[in-house]
Amino acid sequence: MAFRARHLLGIEQLGPLEITTVLDLADRYVEMNRRTVKQSDVLAGMTQINLFFEASTRTQSSFELAGKRLGADVMNMSVANSSVKKGETLIDTAMTLNAMHPDLLVVRHGSSGAVNLLAQKVDCAVLNAGDGRHEHPTQALLDALTIRRAKGRLQRLTIAICGDIAHSRVARSNLILLGKMENRLRLIAPPTLMPSGVEDFGCELFDDMREGLKGADVVMMLRLQKERMDGGFIPSEREYYHRYGLDAEKLAYAAPDAIVMHPGPMNRGVEIDGELADDINRSVIQDQVEMGVAVRMACMDLLARNLRAERGRKIVGMMA
Amino acid sequence: MILHFQNARLIDPEAGTDEPGSLTVKGGLILSRDGSAPKGATVIDCNGKCLAPGIVDIGVKIGEPGERHRESFRSAGLAAAAGGVTTVIARPDTHPAIDTPETLEFVTRRAAESPVRIRHMAALTKGRDGREMVEIGFLRDAGAVAFTDVFKVSMEAKALTRAMSYARSLGALVVGHPQDPGLSAGASATSGKFASLRGIPAVSPMAERMGLERDLALVEMTGVAYHADQITTAKSLPALARAKAAGLDVTAGTSIHHLTLNEFDVGDYRTFFKFTPPLRSEVDRLAIVAAVADGSIDIISSMHTPADEESKRLPFEEAAPGAVALETFLPAAMRLYHAGHITLPALFRAMALNPATRLGLPQGRLSVGAPADLVLFDPDAPFLMDRFKLRSKSKNTPFDGARMEGKVLATFVGGTQVFRAEE
Repeated sequence: MAFRARHLLGIEQLGPLEITTVLDLADRYVEMNRRTVKQSDVLAGMTQINLFFEASTRTQSSFELAGKRLGADVMNMSVANSSVKKGETLIDTAMTLNAMHPDLLVVRHGSSGAVNLLAQKVDCAVLNAGDGRHEHPTQALLDALTIRRAKGRLQRLTIAICGDIAHSRVARSNLILLGKMENRLRLIAPPTLMPSGVEDFGCELFDDMREGLKGADVVMMLRLQKERMDGGFIPSEREYYHRYGLDAEKLAYAAPDAIVMHPGPMNRGVEIDGELADDINRSVIQDQVEMGVAVRMACMDLLARNLRAERGRKIVGMMA
Repeated sequence: MILHFQNARLIDPEAGTDEPGSLTVKGGLILSRDGSAPKGATVIDCNGKCLAPGIVDIGVKIGEPGERHRESFRSAGLAAAAGGVTTVIARPDTHPAIDTPETLEFVTRRAAESPVRIRHMAALTKGRDGREMVEIGFLRDAGAVAFTDVFKVSMEAKALTRAMSYARSLGALVVGHPQDPGLSAGASATSGKFASLRGIPAVSPMAERMGLERDLALVEMTGVAYHADQITTAKSLPALARAKAAGLDVTAGTSIHHLTLNEFDVGDYRTFFKFTPPLRSEVDRLAIVAAVADGSIDIISSMHTPADEESKRLPFEEAAPGAVALETFLPAAMRLYHAGHITLPALFRAMALNPATRLGLPQGRLSVGAPADLVLFDPDAPFLMDRFKLRSKSKNTPFDGARMEGKVLATFVGGTQVFRAEE
């Protein structure tokens, strides 16, 4: 099998073949999810814990649904009712959970690298549901699946990523994934929201949105977080919308069949025009949500297979 | 007690020489060079290994008072002896800070536990908070060799100007940390491709130059003697050169880690590679190595900073910065020598002679009459670094598991042997 990873910590660890394996399997789960009876037993008997140090509704419920549809026992732990508030360290939390023998641990944390650190300390498979500004691998995979289904391919496309790239883990994972699949990448952002050193990543940089959108096949918008608006990164919401908000006029610079994506939740009227977001001919934003569940099912299925194989080897080793 | 070191390779930073010779020590001082062994002398055969002045290390953090579980004067002293460091210049960033003659007296008394010499720097401002100057006169009388708020940079230019003017009137040395605190707030990496890939909040190398330019302007204004603790980026070098050319009483240091590691060593969020300031690009590292070799950077320090496991086993952004370095200082410096970047006399100029001279200490020399603070080492001896063998109470070294060359064989302080390597 082409998918060998023990954990899913980032796109950086995956090769093109592994990415394709995930997407192919996810395609099958999309079909399953559209049936009335959406049940499988590939995770039956397994325990999945969703450990969210940062609040999240969409990602957490998507992971929860994915686990339940595959037959796992799913438990949600959010920071509000955990002992982290009482001063317990990340490692201690991990050790405590590990003692309960979960099989899949889905983790979101506000610090870059925190999920990697946690993965070193537990026996189960760890899925990164977003760590700081580092990576959000399942988001990039679901975006890739959405693009592949809409465009019929995931190569040689011109893809523009626009918005708060500096603080976005979604942008980072997408950059890595789409780069690995050999696409032409453009980053569009005001200089205050462009990370340093990106010129070495092999993408084209634009601070003029119209220029950056010219001929793009895919327009990927990013959420502008409220704290950025207060932090002096941009002068105001209305100026941002004027220069970097996606509307029909700016989208006209992209290819005529360009699709519009957004990882959600959207700020209508800040980074994207409300009507455009709802335009079923251009916007694939609802598809992204649907693909999210399927991609997470595929990731957990593949990791569970590797986990079973690893445990099987251990038992054989013990008997020998 | 007379000691005679024969068959040695003498590293003399003052003369800039690296040649075979012998050295005689009497009464804790160097008695003669290249003479024959006097009657009754204990003869030490150096087997052609290097004999150099002991390292004078400015900026060592010791956990007393407040954090003795991380490092005590005794453990730091043992580590220093094993690393060939014969004079430790301790930092005042303790809890509480060393900002009164009373706390200075306490640490001076505690330092008697150490087998090597320990001198203390005091805070420049009360509580190191950059507002009110400490009793610079009293502290100087009580033995403070320099004044510094360590990594806390005062934004209060007026208060800083007053402290500097007052220090100048007493001839006291001020040690600054060149870093613009606004620009570097919250950062734990140097901005660039690596930090962006890893998603670590980062600071531009320009923050160092801004901090340095500000400090140098205040030095020009007040005339104080000033030492920049760590210059780590190429962008700072022209400003430093201009200040020296203008005749300001300015010296600069750098840390051994910034000379031997770069930003990519952080790898997969390894917190033992988190430093203040953060590790720089390879281009910057090479520029700083060259600046040490040509003397535009005067001093290399270990910036020894003990941190316990709990403060390092955290996500990178939250982890404590710094590394223990007293014992790895010399072998790490040998990397620069073996790479052909710098000669041994030039290294010991930066690690022994210059720091001693800057602080007005008689150490750091092999000349007749100088204190017999010596390190005997084999620059080529290879070993595999194991952090759990370190004598420091804290084991946070970035060199764990590294192949290193350069072993300290013996260390002498005032003619007394304080360390000898196991056979």
